[in-house]
Amino acid sequence: MGRRRGIRTLEFADVGSHQGPLLVVEDLHTSFRTPRGTVRAVDGVSFEVYEGKTLGIVGESGSGKTVLSRSIMGLLPPRDVLRSGTVHFGGHELSAMGENELRAVWGAELSMIFQDPMTALNPVKRIGVQIAESLVLHLGMDKKEARSTSVELLRSVGIPSPEERVRWYPFQLSGGMRQRVMIAIALACAPRLVMADEPTTGLDVTVQAQILDLLADLQRERHMAVILVTHDLGVVATRADDIIVMYAGRIVERAPTRTLFRDTKMPYTRALMDSIPRLADPSGARLDAIAGRPPDLVNPPAGCRFAPRCEYARDKCRQQEPPLRTVGSADHLFACWYPLVDGVSTAPPVKVSLDPRSPSTQTSADTPTDAGPRGDEPGSGTPEAETQP
Amino acid sequence: MSQAETTIPAAPDDVVLDVRDLVVEFRSGRQRVQAVSGVSFQVRRGETLGLVGESGCGKSTTGRTLVQVQSATSGSIDYQGQDLNTLSSRSLRQLRTKIQMIFQDPISSLNPRRRIKDIVAEPLAIWGKGTKQERTAKVREMLEAVGIDPDAAGDRRPGEFSGGQCQRISIARALMAEPDLLICDEPVSALDVSVQAQILNLLADLKARFQLTMVFIAHDLAVVKNVSDRVAVMYLGKLVEVAGSDDLYQAAAHPYTEALLASIPEPDPDHTSSHKALTGELPSPLNPPSGCRFRTRCPYAQERCASEEPLLRELAPGHQVACHFPVGPLAGGPSAG
Repeated sequence: MGRRRGIRTLEFADVGSHQGPLLVVEDLHTSFRTPRGTVRAVDGVSFEVYEGKTLGIVGESGSGKTVLSRSIMGLLPPRDVLRSGTVHFGGHELSAMGENELRAVWGAELSMIFQDPMTALNPVKRIGVQIAESLVLHLGMDKKEARSTSVELLRSVGIPSPEERVRWYPFQLSGGMRQRVMIAIALACAPRLVMADEPTTGLDVTVQAQILDLLADLQRERHMAVILVTHDLGVVATRADDIIVMYAGRIVERAPTRTLFRDTKMPYTRALMDSIPRLADPSGARLDAIAGRPPDLVNPPAGCRFAPRCEYARDKCRQQEPPLRTVGSADHLFACWYPLVDGVSTAPPVKVSLDPRSPSTQTSADTPTDAGPRGDEPGSGTPEAETQP
Repeated sequence: MSQAETTIPAAPDDVVLDVRDLVVEFRSGRQRVQAVSGVSFQVRRGETLGLVGESGCGKSTTGRTLVQVQSATSGSIDYQGQDLNTLSSRSLRQLRTKIQMIFQDPISSLNPRRRIKDIVAEPLAIWGKGTKQERTAKVREMLEAVGIDPDAAGDRRPGEFSGGQCQRISIARALMAEPDLLICDEPVSALDVSVQAQILNLLADLKARFQLTMVFIAHDLAVVKNVSDRVAVMYLGKLVEVAGSDDLYQAAAHPYTEALLASIPEPDPDHTSSHKALTGELPSPLNPPSGCRFRTRCPYAQERCASEEPLLRELAPGHQVACHFPVGPLAGGPSAG
């Protein structure tokens, strides 16, 4: 891998020497205007990422995690988007940059690995050409040098016989191999930060493990920061230094990884953990599924946005929105009025209604099995557009 | 391939599905590729058999031959005394109502231009079963059974629903014909973990309610283990290990099973797998390795593995493995190499 020595359009040489966090996101909002109303996909998100560290961003489909990563990158559609807040990268304000300035950053300092390598790669260009593109553009390499660097990059991401594969087209490769090519492209110019949006979703678990290990090895070698966006807490559990849990466009919990798992405060985080089938559980063990699904972001519920699905929700949760706050350690933030303590909710007891099952789960009454209220998806027959009144 | 005859005893009465020496070949140019090469297994009444393996191992092809959307090259698929491979198309059509399938991609398996109530009613409409009122009642019943509100959803189209909801609708459709046997081909791999848990619980409930027998195909062993009574592990067209779910987890005997277990991301920051992770990719089925097909990726491979194909043999009661040098707690058994 050659050192960067090409001509740049922007002076980014000081990015590496910049003091403090590499990426600072402050009060970022991103909304889309749609015929149904304004969708607040990202609604006031702030966090930092430090050099060489891995941040996991976890949430379900519709939590805003993908829009967040694209909003940070500046990869948003040109129309009908409202963005506010700031994104600083290595001391420069990304959120104030125009497309031409961003182009100098993309790929060179800040790159992205997309979920679907088949659609992210150009199907009619040889993979070697696609890797060489950014080498020529950002590092000023000549064709021959870019070519040999491409081969080395393919070798470094574990593609066998790279001299031959460099001439292949994406369709000739398996899903896992394509994702390796994506990683090679993302890392070609030795960026300081790589954003990986669901990099292993859709891949076999065996391939997923290989790809995540590869990313971790390359990160250590190159001292990159990585943001790993996923819906699966299992994927980030052993790989992230810090984790942010997102729900309905907001951060609901943020902590160093071990703290998040050992001292979970937010019932939503706990529910996400419990929904993963564990190998050690006996077969047939019932999973603790979270009932329902994330709210419609055109009209998010008042109070805590998770309250309609939360088994511990009280009146206060439905009326007042909990702020992101700390108790004890300063690096553990959560947004919950009644955080869990040692896995037990601190919510005050409520009067138990005559029907022990919550009234919203009438579907379970039709199932003469042990279907508890948490196993259902109340209101799931209502399509997205009408989830909210 | 005659190995199956020696290892699998005659079908007991409660066997619903008895697959023997199943071979499925595809043409690839002038060459022939065996996607499934000699697979034998049985599914007992009320049981869920999990079929697990990587992309390209032939697990989906096996599933597709069970509903005969893919015909087998050789071998037999005995469903309650009738061989699906040799059945006339007329009788097969009759029988197919009893064997239904759920597919991986819930959105593309529903016709985007039709209404939910018509999609779900289709199996009855095809057979002309029942009056219009009876069909409507049945559609309501099935939609409610899968947790979809028939009043709100019936007149809508698939595009208005999330992936998890579409999968519920697919399940409702599959249940309309009152099947005995449900083949689920990666039904949750396109879904978020939170929705995956909902669907897995739903399948468990429906299985109990409608007394279903299931074949559950997936690449994630943690998911397969959760729903299955027994698990068959497949590699490059062949079964390498068959065992009870908990048994397979506690005493994985095939190095490939061990590797599959190791690759599952556990939601525990202190988790370090005791199993060895897998390297490399599945070899091409056009030119499978000699002897044991897993030997090219196996950390324990020896000379014998290249020259002699290991047959599926019983290592412990109900636990079969195809390996010369099995690993784990059962490896000390009498037949270990």
